[in-house]
Formats: sequence, C-alpha cells, structure tokens
Amino acid sequence: MAKILMKGNEAIAEAAIKAGCVNYFCYPITPQNEVGEYMARRLPEVGGAFLQGESEVAVGNMLFGAASTGQRVFTTSSSPGISLMQESISYMAGAHLPVVIVNIMRGGPGLGGILPAQSDYFQATKGGGHGDYRLLVLAPSTIQEAVDLMMLSFHLAEKYRNPVMIIGDGMIGQMMEPVEFPEHHEEPELPSNDLWAITGAKGREPRVIKSLFLDPKLLDDNSWNLYDKYARMEREEIRFESYRIKPKNKILIVSYGTMARICQTAIDELEKDGVSVGLFRPITLFPFPSKQIAKEAKKKNIENVLVIEMSTAQMKEDVDLAVLGAKPVKFYGETGGLVPSPDAVKEQIMKLIKNPNDELKRR
Amino acid sequence: MNEDARTLFSRPESLNEVVTHYCPGCTHGVIHRLVAEVLDELGVRENTVGVAPVGCSVFIYKYLGTDFLEAPHGRAPALATGFKRLRPDMMVFTYQGDGDLASIGMGEIVHAANRGEKITTIFVNNAVYGMTGGQMAPTTMPGQVTTTSPGGRNVNDTGYPIRVAELLSALVTPNYIERVAVHTPQHIIKAKQAIRKAFTYQKEGRCFSLVEVLSTCPTNWGKTTEESLDWVESRMVPYFPLGCYKDPETAEVPDGAV
Repeated sequence: MAKILMKGNEAIAEAAIKAGCVNYFCYPITPQNEVGEYMARRLPEVGGAFLQGESEVAVGNMLFGAASTGQRVFTTSSSPGISLMQESISYMAGAHLPVVIVNIMRGGPGLGGILPAQSDYFQATKGGGHGDYRLLVLAPSTIQEAVDLMMLSFHLAEKYRNPVMIIGDGMIGQMMEPVEFPEHHEEPELPSNDLWAITGAKGREPRVIKSLFLDPKLLDDNSWNLYDKYARMEREEIRFESYRIKPKNKILIVSYGTMARICQTAIDELEKDGVSVGLFRPITLFPFPSKQIAKEAKKKNIENVLVIEMSTAQMKEDVDLAVLGAKPVKFYGETGGLVPSPDAVKEQIMKLIKNPNDELKRR
Repeated sequence: MNEDARTLFSRPESLNEVVTHYCPGCTHGVIHRLVAEVLDELGVRENTVGVAPVGCSVFIYKYLGTDFLEAPHGRAPALATGFKRLRPDMMVFTYQGDGDLASIGMGEIVHAANRGEKITTIFVNNAVYGMTGGQMAPTTMPGQVTTTSPGGRNVNDTGYPIRVAELLSALVTPNYIERVAVHTPQHIIKAKQAIRKAFTYQKEGRCFSLVEVLSTCPTNWGKTTEESLDWVESRMVPYFPLGCYKDPETAEVPDGAV
C-alpha cells in the first residue's frame, strides 16, 4: 500500500481495524480523543462495536466483558484515565484475558497537563493495579512503529492471554507522519479462543472467567501461572533497537519512545561534528531488555550510561538494575510536557564527554 | 409406573445440585431458583452468561448451570454491556446485591439502564452488606442497626435509603423496572412472573430490564427466619413499595430531538 499522511491517534485506530479488531470502548480524554472520534465513524462501516462509556472505570470493565467473548477488543486513554482503568486491568490480568490498552501519556501526577510525557513508566511496567501481575508493554517511537506495534499487540495479547499496553507520549498521538499499512495482515496461528471464551454452555460444562480464588493454593497456582507467562515473555518477546553503537563510543544513551527519536537526531548531528554516541532503545518496556543493556554498558569503551526520559528518572531504575553498578548511570530529563530539543540533548552529551565524572544538572 | 404419574416439582436443570453457602433463612436460594426456572422455561440456559457480583452471591456461578463472568465490585453492568454489545445473540444477566449495585456500582447501573442495554439485572435488596459482616448499605432502613451504624441508621447523617426502582424508572429510556419480594409464597409467585418478564423482554431484544427483589438477611439483621420474613413485610415493603415502575409497553417517550 502507498504511504498516507495520518495523525498518530487515527493511525493507531486504523491499525487496530487492519489487525482484525473491530471492537472499541472509550471515554474522552486529551490527548487521544481522535481515536474515539475515528472509531465512532469507522466501526459502523466495518460492522464492529463502538461505545463511549460513562467513565474509564466502566470502560475498563466493558473491555473485561467484551474480551470474554473471545473477540478482539481495545481501548485508548491517557494517564489519569489509565489510572481509573487499573481496577479492571488487574482483574483481566488475573482472569487471563487478552486485551489491548493504549496510553497516550500526558504529564502528571494528578490532573497534570495535556502535553507529551513519559511519566507512566512505573504504572505500565510494574503492574499498575493491585496484585502479582505485569502487562506486556510496547513503546513506539514513530507513528509507523505505533501502527506496526498496534497490529502486533493483538496477537501478543492472545498468545499470552494477558493485557498488552502500548505507551506512546502525546507526541505519538498528535503528530502527523506518512504511514504504510501492510497489504495483507498475517499472524502465526494460535489455539482457538473458543477453547476458553464464554460462548454459552452448549454441549460442554459451564465456564467461569474469574480472578477469585479463595483457596490459597489455587490463588498461589494462578499467581505462578502468571509469573511463568512473564518469564516466557522475557525469553520470546524482548524487542529493542540499537543505533550507532560503535566500539569508539564513550557514552551509551538509553531512551525510548519519542525521546529516543529526539536522541537519534542529536546523535546524528554530533556524528557530523565528529562525536560518536550510541543509543539503545527498548521497544518492549516489559519485558525489559536488561541483559542486552548490560552487555552494551559493560563494554570497555563505555564510560557512562545516560538515560534520557520525559519523566523524573523512572526507566532509569530498570537501567540501574540492568547495569548493577558496572558503569555509572546518569540521567537527563524534562517533565510536564517540556520535550527536550535535540540541542538540549547534545548539550548534555557534550557536558558528559567533557566531565565524565559529573552528574548532569537538570536545569 | 402409573400412567397418570406426572412430575409436578423438580430441580430446574439450570440449578446445580450442590449445597449453597447461604445462611439459614436467607432468600438468595429462592431467587436463584426463580432465575433457574425462568432460564429453563425460556430454554436459554445454553445461550446465557451470568455476571456475578461481589457480595454474598459472588459464588452464584457455582449454583447456576450457565457460563459466568465474575465482575469487580459494582461493575457487573459494565461487563454485561461489553459482552452483550459483541454477542447480542446471547442472553446476559447480572445478579447484584444492594452494596454492589446501589453503592459502588451506582454509576454503572444507571448508565447501563440509560443506554437501554439489552440485559437483565436481578437486584437483591436486603438492606445490608452481607458478606463483609453486616455493614450499613445504601438501602439500610432508617434506624436499622448495622455494624457501621451501631446506633441505628441516622438519616440526618447518612440520608435515606435509596429507592433504586424509582430512581431508575425516572430515566427516559424505555425499560422494564419492577420491585418484588420473596417473603411469602404469593410474593414468590409474583417475583417469578417479573423475572420471567424481564428475561422475556431481553430475549425479544426489547429493553433493559431490572427486577428489584426485597430479600432477607437473618444473620446480619440479628433476627430469626420468621422475624426476618415479617420484617420485610412490616418495615421494608412500606418504604420500598412493590409493583411495576416502568414497562416498555406503556412507556411514553418524548421526542427531544434537536
């Protein structure tokens, strides 16, 4: 298919339809409203279910009911709305339901602001709601990648029967870029959802989809079953991209999403000035590419690992855990919708090259 | 066997042959049976999904022979909405208590009713939180002693009990809303008729339907079974009048279009 110019939020919506998901529930919140508006128009055309719920609490639970049919379903929201969905996300994880949740992040905490941020990293990657569970978390850095990951996400949700979360900052939702949708969408075959879905107890025993296990042994079993799924994700789903990683680099940048893309621009410009810096960009934030980051960080030429985020050093904790003190892990970031420019990133990199033992000052 | 021998009473197919966890004198069992009878009579057991609440009836999935979803507290109507929108060909019902539906889940039930979701809700009102040990509910009667209203419900402090059937029937969307009770055989027969009508309307794809059932909780009311049945009649029925509050057959719908 030819490339078309699309806004990120609309491209995400169309990608879901192209991946065979025609069921969508939502509640309005900036900066992701275009998804719901696009779906309200498009889903009747393709015979899907569109519903604007009364709250994100209700929408999350509508997803629970909808996913129980075995059909594909997703929602989009932004940070405060995602907080309200945590109840249902915990229940869906506990009940092994495949759903896709997109968080077009805005700054927080609280009502925060409406500009791009990456401040929901902890919420997305550490479970978010109560109980022993994780989400499979994907972080696109371009609109094309948002489309590709969106189309992949439904398969991953079904492969693991676990909620998948795509986190993009407001930039991913609001920016327009050329995107290309595949002519044909193909996925590896999985066992039929009819094996577990609620379809009516005709010719079989009644089924219950639940996360309640009052018998502690059964609850323990369920929690370790979840744990085993996450271990399998770690073996099979780690995704990342390396950019200009070379033996002469002294700094390894770790950054994701839009922030990583800005870092790429800064790295390209520095390269022209004869300064070589490499970037490690995690695409899966859970499972986190810890081993791969450690391998790069431990290379002899690396003096500093520099984590750059639009948050107050949330992913940095995972990088710290990956590197385990083998190299200093420095941080630079802005929050609240202040998106660092390539020049600002370059400035921080040059400071670190000149004074490798200094901490970076944020302001 | 005598040719004239006929089975006049038996366990409904939709009611599992298991011992329930309900306390002696609790009327959940009666209401479960009525739902099971109606599912049998309409022949829909194999095409039905129930949504269980949080509360005493959380284990309803052990007692009825249909598929079930177990919802977070109060969210059964949202789960039911999500399911029914994708599977309008299936029967979907929620079974919820007063804490679940009228307190934490008030938003979900009001909006499901207002959208006219083609689902059925069995709302069991026994004026108390049962499973958690007898705390005050939104439907607790004025002066009623509970573990969190030890001096009796003070309406100046906590307001009056919420009349759910009346509240929902104020919505413009044509729905079927009826309040029944199960404290006497006559009331049980009427309750069965209402539940049957509610499921029938859903089967016909007509409207949202809710049957509020006044029920007992001898354990948390601190009463015997007989005293509890009397208390429904003497205390609850005067405040929660029985009858049909809304029916799509008679609903007048203003145009309101812009």
